[in-house]
Amino acid sequence: MMRSMLFISLGVLLALAVGAGPASSRGAPPAGPAQERGDSAGGSTLLKPPETGEQVYRQVCQACHMADGKGGTGAASIPALAGNPRLASAAYPIMLVVRGRGAMPGLTDILGPAQIASVATFVRTHFGNSYTAPVTVDQVKPFLTAKR
Amino acid sequence: MRSGAGKSTRRELLTAVGMMGGTFALYQAMTTMGHAAETQFTGPPNLNGARPGASVIVLGAGLAGMLAAFELRKAGYRVQILEYQARAGGRNWSLYGGDTYTELGGATQKVGFVPGNYLNPGPWRIPHHHRTLLHYCKQFGVKLEPFIQFNHNAFVHHADAFGGKPVHFREAAADFEGSVAELLGKAIDQKALDQELKAEDREMLLEALRGWGMLDENMKYASNLRSAEHRGYDRPPGGGVNGAPIPSNIFDFHDVLASQVWKNMAFFMNHEMQTTMFQPVGGMGMIGKAFAKQVEPLIVHNAKVTKIFQDRSGVKVTYTNTSTGLVSEAGADFCVCTIPLGVLNQIDKNLSPKLQAAIQAVPYSNSVKIGLEMRRRFWEEDDSIYGGHSFTSQDISLISYPNNHLFEDGPAVLLGAFASGLGGYRLAGMTPEERIETALAQGSVFHPASYRKEFMTGASVAWNRVPWTLGCCARWNEDTRQEHYQTLVAIDDRVVLAGEHASYVGCWMEGALLSSIDAITRLHKRALEA
Repeated sequence: MMRSMLFISLGVLLALAVGAGPASSRGAPPAGPAQERGDSAGGSTLLKPPETGEQVYRQVCQACHMADGKGGTGAASIPALAGNPRLASAAYPIMLVVRGRGAMPGLTDILGPAQIASVATFVRTHFGNSYTAPVTVDQVKPFLTAKR
Repeated sequence: MRSGAGKSTRRELLTAVGMMGGTFALYQAMTTMGHAAETQFTGPPNLNGARPGASVIVLGAGLAGMLAAFELRKAGYRVQILEYQARAGGRNWSLYGGDTYTELGGATQKVGFVPGNYLNPGPWRIPHHHRTLLHYCKQFGVKLEPFIQFNHNAFVHHADAFGGKPVHFREAAADFEGSVAELLGKAIDQKALDQELKAEDREMLLEALRGWGMLDENMKYASNLRSAEHRGYDRPPGGGVNGAPIPSNIFDFHDVLASQVWKNMAFFMNHEMQTTMFQPVGGMGMIGKAFAKQVEPLIVHNAKVTKIFQDRSGVKVTYTNTSTGLVSEAGADFCVCTIPLGVLNQIDKNLSPKLQAAIQAVPYSNSVKIGLEMRRRFWEEDDSIYGGHSFTSQDISLISYPNNHLFEDGPAVLLGAFASGLGGYRLAGMTPEERIETALAQGSVFHPASYRKEFMTGASVAWNRVPWTLGCCARWNEDTRQEHYQTLVAIDDRVVLAGEHASYVGCWMEGALLSSIDAITRLHKRALEA
């Protein structure tokens, strides 16, 4: 179901992920396993991808983790990134962004290695966290091949 | 249209296709002994003969949970439902004027729509082959009306095509088909398909291309009355002195390709998106309300489940009343758990390690819907757009026009965004006010003179921030299906999962119901064998 749509949308996202500049949907179907989607809008978007760590945070992460990095709690919780000691390890945010956990999807379909490194650096140096060593693309790469 | 020896008209072709469809339908009906092959639904489960005193606790009062409760009670079980929200219905939901909605992070919206207007934050259209849902809508008295899925007169906008100006779907789609037909005709003429096609079939295909692509007698797709029949006129046919139509000019094929209108065309081909589609009169939430009417006395609201524990004697569920903080425990012989996986993943439970792993393995999609209430139906009055969708390459993805109360005066609610992917995350990360502003700015591309001018009030739901799902729908892929799906749907001693996440009709109400029927049918069998 929705397989054709899926390739369309992910084609766009893949183009983003490989850093092709502004998204183009001329990309081949994604290399990973085909993801299913239910009802969807039925077209293609052409969005300027976020680049800096702050842009990635504001345009992607903030949807769940909130503008102040404090997450939220309802029937279950979205973890806070603010003052989170687990961020001491750079591998922690990299692993979560690449593979996801629970409801959180891995985000490699919309973020490339450079963007993942930038946003990991951003969350480790904001919201009361002060792990100042920048995260590099080389630190991200080993995670990209492993499955959740 | 022309007609004559050796040339079929479009209508003749369609008639032939219709006849073929009819034969196929008959064949299907014969081979499936009366059951429509478009669905796995074979009627309600018809369970009966529960052991005296046997009990089931259902977690979640969405459609899957309420259907389970309805059918299991009918089979003779004592049934109780625990629901986190004060409202039953789950993702089947409409927001009306006067409603208040608080998302994760604390932003609260007071919906200001006039009476009768609504936003469907979740499901909003029902395919004609979702027979389970249609069955229960009829049984529970939910009145349905057509959902106008396909509108040739709505717009397609792509930032990289037509100088960023929207064009009618009809024009772009006609030009795509016409140009493809002409090119394929050329390939046949240049003998490029002589290997692939017999002479007789080449002739038939040429005839098809001429008819389907609105090509002229020279197999050209050109600006003339022939193509105008598909893409529209500069001066449409009229009466009297100036009755003669003037054709419209076809677009540059580069722009047609750049607009990616083929994606919109392909979208409508999708089985789930094919007409006829339906919506409930009065908002999608009417379905949840109708289900709730059947089982409301069984529901404990404001119950946040914190622990699910099963042993030889039964299932114990611990829950906290979200208003009073009071902690209670409920027990039953069996449990149907419809809690979304992202939430269930965080609940303390002693399910099998394999099932725990399956619950943990499935992430949730994102989606943002925004309702914009406009003072008048300018899309109808000024643009002759009655329902359907205008597609855009911006974050909002589309705007969709109301399918009901056509031609009426007074305020109406447009769907101002149905965003997913990066666009969905971007809108979700905004405050409700910023979302409305973005939806107005982006949607104005279609109706620049009226969009802001006629705007009254808006409401938005970002599914990432919905407190009781933490996302829109379970997002399976080929690998996770292979590794975890059968575990996820298998009965784990006394507990069975149900919901759209436990189906192959993911993110549709139909999937939730089919999953529920399958789960309780197996659970009932298990209970009788125990």
